Amino acid sequence: MRANSTQKPLPLQLPELRNLGTILRILLAVNAFGLAAVIVREQRWATVSSAWFDTAALLEPHLLLNLLLLYMLAPWLERLPYRIGAVCILALTTVVSFGLSVALSALGVDPGTNAAMRHAALTLLATGVLLFYFHLRAKALSPAISEARLQALQARIRPHFLFNSINAVLSLMRREPRRAESALEDLADLFRVLMRDNRQLAPLSDEVELCRQYLDLEKLRLGERLVVEWHTENMPKDAMVPPLVLQPLLENAVYHGIEPSSVPGVIAINIFLRRGEVHAILRNPYQFDGGHHAGNKMAMDNIRERLALHFDAEASLESKLNRESYEVHIRMPYRPAVERPSADA
Amino acid sequence: MPDAPLRLVIVDDEAPARRRLRELLDDCASALPLVVVGEAASGREALGLLGSTPADLVLSDIHMPDMDGIELARHLLKLPLPPVLIFTTAYHEHAIAAFEVHAIDYLVKPVRVQRLLTALQKVPRLKPLSGAKLDRLPAAARRFLSVTERSRVVLVPIEEIVYLKAELKNITIRTAEREYLLEESLTKLEEEFGERFVRVHRNCLVARDAIRGFERRVNAEGDAHWEVLLRGVSEALPVSRRQQFIVREIGRDNGG
Repeated sequence: MRANSTQKPLPLQLPELRNLGTILRILLAVNAFGLAAVIVREQRWATVSSAWFDTAALLEPHLLLNLLLLYMLAPWLERLPYRIGAVCILALTTVVSFGLSVALSALGVDPGTNAAMRHAALTLLATGVLLFYFHLRAKALSPAISEARLQALQARIRPHFLFNSINAVLSLMRREPRRAESALEDLADLFRVLMRDNRQLAPLSDEVELCRQYLDLEKLRLGERLVVEWHTENMPKDAMVPPLVLQPLLENAVYHGIEPSSVPGVIAINIFLRRGEVHAILRNPYQFDGGHHAGNKMAMDNIRERLALHFDAEASLESKLNRESYEVHIRMPYRPAVERPSADA
Repeated sequence: MPDAPLRLVIVDDEAPARRRLRELLDDCASALPLVVVGEAASGREALGLLGSTPADLVLSDIHMPDMDGIELARHLLKLPLPPVLIFTTAYHEHAIAAFEVHAIDYLVKPVRVQRLLTALQKVPRLKPLSGAKLDRLPAAARRFLSVTERSRVVLVPIEEIVYLKAELKNITIRTAEREYLLEESLTKLEEEFGERFVRVHRNCLVARDAIRGFERRVNAEGDAHWEVLLRGVSEALPVSRRQQFIVREIGRDNGG
């Protein structure tokens, strides 16, 4: 789905034809286009609605048939280079509209003179405009992705965590040098992920491994105050997710749920696949302290934004405050990793 | 006392951080006679420890559960011989800025042994932090009020207080169990805990949670006034004419 390169500019991409957001945008745009044509053509308001029904009766079959075909061909189309893919889509929709018009008139529907040619031309025009729109939209959003990456970096590393962790490692140096070594290795891995190009989706199993390393570091300094419960039996390991989609939430959970209390607290992480969607539910204890929640909101907004950039309307992030616990629920479409030709770092 | 070793207490909620400081203090011991007399995981624990084990210097973290370092500093002042306090902090932009402005000593974690030694050598010349200096640090409201009784610091949790009443020079703290005497100003307490307490009279703050209701009383001369009824204590407190509006305000909230 996503391009496999890690070069700086992201390659041009066709819109994701199976994405609910894309489909809604196409439906809205084409219908608005049709309605505008009707309003221009009709002289009086009174006739607009009946003329719209006539137009819609012709328009919707074309629209829905094309969307259905594009939906079915999406995996194949999205693998093509951008230009070839765009030409294929233009040709496909034009030919399909032509054919549908011919078929409808053969069935006795009377669409007027030269209907098939006119419909094909209109479809070509509409498809062209929409492809151009999606191209512009992708262009407008791609700086947002790199921006989001930067923000992710800045919002994410709490200096508090970094310096306390280094201090904890220092405390191990003399008596338990081997533990100190593995802690430093975890810290290095964590920062490698934090600092790399995080615009591409990555396997969920990588994210979970990162979270484990992060929690090991926290356990080093918090000791028995931090209890972690993992429920990942039904986790789809190969699901592709935005990098750093869980780790910042765990950092919040530690900061707001574990650190303010002197008694042990449990962070529970539950990840599972249900009806083609990946769910991740994080729960941590919560004491109202009236203080610092700005950091929490920033991380949540950042993740929500990145989910929207990658999955549009198909992903969501919700948080819920119960009596004594705080719960975050992430829902994402299940996109298994595809075999990739180049080796990944 | 030039030859007596410096007595230290380490306060940090993270065990590795305490251990690290101990190692560094061992390194300093050859240059400066010192002895670590105790360790505590929170400000509250530290106060309990210092009640029985006097110390010259407290090295305290700032962010801790139960009682943070800044609140500990305030309660330390109630000890008969308050120790010098040096904060240790991993990173806290605002706090650090405030410390620099008010020349309050602090060490940044991870601490370098040389920096620690320099701080220790200054200790005999340092005085305990003054309340005025502490007032200017960015701090959350205290979780306890502290009173000195028989040269020990007694902590009264804020949530147990039913009312605070100014009498002559002191303030009486009333909990369901007993009374304590405190030397602070009622106005300052009102500023700090305004969320939790409401003023019913020029000389009295009452915990909102403790209010059971209001009752109208008529005295022998025929003057009527309101009294506030409290949970946990049997006495009723008069509501002054100026503060009568709270009867309606709180009565409405409680009555639904």
